[in-house]
Amino acid sequence: MPDLLAARSQMAMSLAFHIIFAVVGIGMPVLMVVAEARWLHTGEGVYLDLAKRWATGSAILFAVGAVSGTVLSFELGLLWPGFMAFAGPLVGMPFSLEGFAFFTEAIFLGVYLHGWDRVRPRAHMAAGVLVAVSGAMSAVFVVIANAWMNTPRGFTLVDGHPTRIDPIAAMMTPAALPQTLHMVLAAYAATGFAVAGVHAFLILRGRDNVFHRRALGIALLVAAPAAILQPFSGDLSARYVAQWQPVKLAAMEGQFRSQRGAPLRVGGWPDRDARTTRHAIEIPHGLSLLAFHDPNAEVRGLDAFPEDQWPPLRPVHVAFQVMVAIGSFLALVSLAAVWLTLRRRDIASRRWMLAAIALGGPMGFLAVEAGWTVTEVGRQPWIIYGVTRTADAVTPMPGLVVPFLGFTLLYLLLSVIVVWLLARQFGQSPESSDAAPPAVSLATEMP
Amino acid sequence: MIGTPLLPLILAGLMLVALIGYVVLAGADFGGGVWDLLASGPRRDAQRALIAEAIAPVWEANHVWLVVVVVILFSSFPRVYSEIATMLHVPLSLMLAGIVLRGSAFVFRAYGGDQRASRLRWGRLFAISSVVTPVLLGVSVGAIASGELASPAAIASGGGGAPRGGSFAALFIFPWLRLFPLGVGLLALATFAMLAAVYLTLETDDAVLREDFRRRALMAGAAHAVVAALVLIIARSEAPAMWLRFWSRPASLAVLAAGVLAGAGVLGALVTRRWVWARFAAAAEAALIVFGWALAQYPEMLPGRLTIAAAAAPDATLRLILGVLAAGTVVLLPSLLYLFRVFKGERQQGARPDVAH
Repeated sequence: MPDLLAARSQMAMSLAFHIIFAVVGIGMPVLMVVAEARWLHTGEGVYLDLAKRWATGSAILFAVGAVSGTVLSFELGLLWPGFMAFAGPLVGMPFSLEGFAFFTEAIFLGVYLHGWDRVRPRAHMAAGVLVAVSGAMSAVFVVIANAWMNTPRGFTLVDGHPTRIDPIAAMMTPAALPQTLHMVLAAYAATGFAVAGVHAFLILRGRDNVFHRRALGIALLVAAPAAILQPFSGDLSARYVAQWQPVKLAAMEGQFRSQRGAPLRVGGWPDRDARTTRHAIEIPHGLSLLAFHDPNAEVRGLDAFPEDQWPPLRPVHVAFQVMVAIGSFLALVSLAAVWLTLRRRDIASRRWMLAAIALGGPMGFLAVEAGWTVTEVGRQPWIIYGVTRTADAVTPMPGLVVPFLGFTLLYLLLSVIVVWLLARQFGQSPESSDAAPPAVSLATEMP
Repeated sequence: MIGTPLLPLILAGLMLVALIGYVVLAGADFGGGVWDLLASGPRRDAQRALIAEAIAPVWEANHVWLVVVVVILFSSFPRVYSEIATMLHVPLSLMLAGIVLRGSAFVFRAYGGDQRASRLRWGRLFAISSVVTPVLLGVSVGAIASGELASPAAIASGGGGAPRGGSFAALFIFPWLRLFPLGVGLLALATFAMLAAVYLTLETDDAVLREDFRRRALMAGAAHAVVAALVLIIARSEAPAMWLRFWSRPASLAVLAAGVLAGAGVLGALVTRRWVWARFAAAAEAALIVFGWALAQYPEMLPGRLTIAAAAAPDATLRLILGVLAAGTVVLLPSLLYLFRVFKGERQQGARPDVAH
């Protein structure tokens, strides 16, 4: 395995592993805080049980997320010292802000997890809220640093070195808003659907009780608004990519030729040699309309760029299709949940609805992985878009296949154990679940 | 507005403060793992339970100090970060694996169910990685301090022109697999073990259990003193530039004197069972060691290669990072105090020095 490929694989694997834990670290605290608020409001023991179960889930996932995140903060230098020497002064500010947000999150998670008997109920609840807020803040700051890699700003290049450094301008990079918005919504949708999916599945399997129903209701309450807003945030992201990273858009869409009134492709398989995307369903003028809000706008295709600046086409195109398909599915399921709530129907008494939610369970995470594949692979061959090539930033140390295999093995092992632990946590219902099962709707679980 | 020569120094100083925070707080969490491994006698399980209970609410927050160090390093001294990450790839990667295993095993043990066999297995993994990780951290610091790290440019030159030859081992293994870095690794381990044992005397109301950790603290304190003296002695031949600078400066002699005093204070407080005094003396001792190292290197950040001033990022960055650190501290400090008050505050009355068996 060539060193560059090994380094890229290790980075991809580390990010793919960490993002799951990071996403849950953003979403899960919201679930547990809603459950605790419901407990304080109603006094129903099942809510307290839920808050504690979710807190335990957060504890396991946050710990693995914290250590794998630390690994990433070192891997940036271990694998890409050339990148960090260049980018450190520019993206140091969002990273240090992220450091403090992470610090706050760790502190109040400690209070939340271990302070049930040590602080007053309101202080305990407040600690949970602070965990949720600082979790979202860390996501925002770290994604801003990534946005800078897509649209680097805040410096002037002189002989390959950045001068006239302006870290504020770097933070205000155009990709920052669409990317952070998309990621935070994704975190709520993915976590909410993962939890809702587990409980919907268990209800379907005949384990219908108040514990699973309350859990389903709260999880949907967090997931549905995010999943419904996500397509709009996706539209914003697409227009930014069209404007600032046109070659990435061309790869996402499999658009080889520059043209006015470009079609939107659903599915398909890009063929680099034939310069065409086969087997796609084409919606006339769709891409021009979506990317520029004008059916006859010109979309620059891959032919507008030298071939050595194309990202790998198939992974980017396929990952994009997967993300959009899942996002649409989750938005539809969420709309159905809203519809049932408005008509005062019980979500959990409809098997098709439970099946759809259960199916959506793992899909949110899949969409997150696909979305990051689009962002990161779509930026190649650049590590800093248009400025530094990934190949020029890799560490000169040979033998990188060894750490790649080592960390892959380590993370595989951890994944298996975490899944097993979580299954133990959520498989059994507590005693408080013996009460009569209530109807599930988004309205009942409003805190 | 703060002038140019002072700014890098302030950032370096703050990085040092964060590193001391990591050593004094997270160091004790690693040390807890050492005593988990060495738990023995009829109260073996009680010792392990006490360690777990003491670490659980705080270890993640304590761990973040390392992230703060790394973030200040790569934003404010990017060349130092990229050179260290390149030349110490091997020990740092191993250290990271240790950090991952330690944290994961700790939560897996806490939430993995009550079967004794599985708890013991996770406990063993937690304990072993708690021993290995500090050694690798110390080894990396020792390798930096010794001034033996080659320039990354030596790799590009293919070895022919490199001063010590360009083989993989010569560039990436031998600079840290030497007596001095290993000595510093051992010093880190002994220091962390001492910190943990001293802190643990304040974590329990059980006088017998407290005596267990008092004995351990005395042993670790003695071991720490011996290792510290040995490291200081081998520095003469193994890190000569640092050695010379250290002995030629009144400031470093003052730090050495203070360190010896703090060490004696730890032992004295333990002998007379003044637990709170022992805690502060042990923390001061660990902080002085880190401070002494920084002083011996000053003004160099990467000895033999880069000074603080030469390695610093542009002023615009330094000013903003300084602002972020100031603002962050305003949020962080009260939060940290709250955390420690909730979990570490109440037993101090129960820890009077008159409780012996």
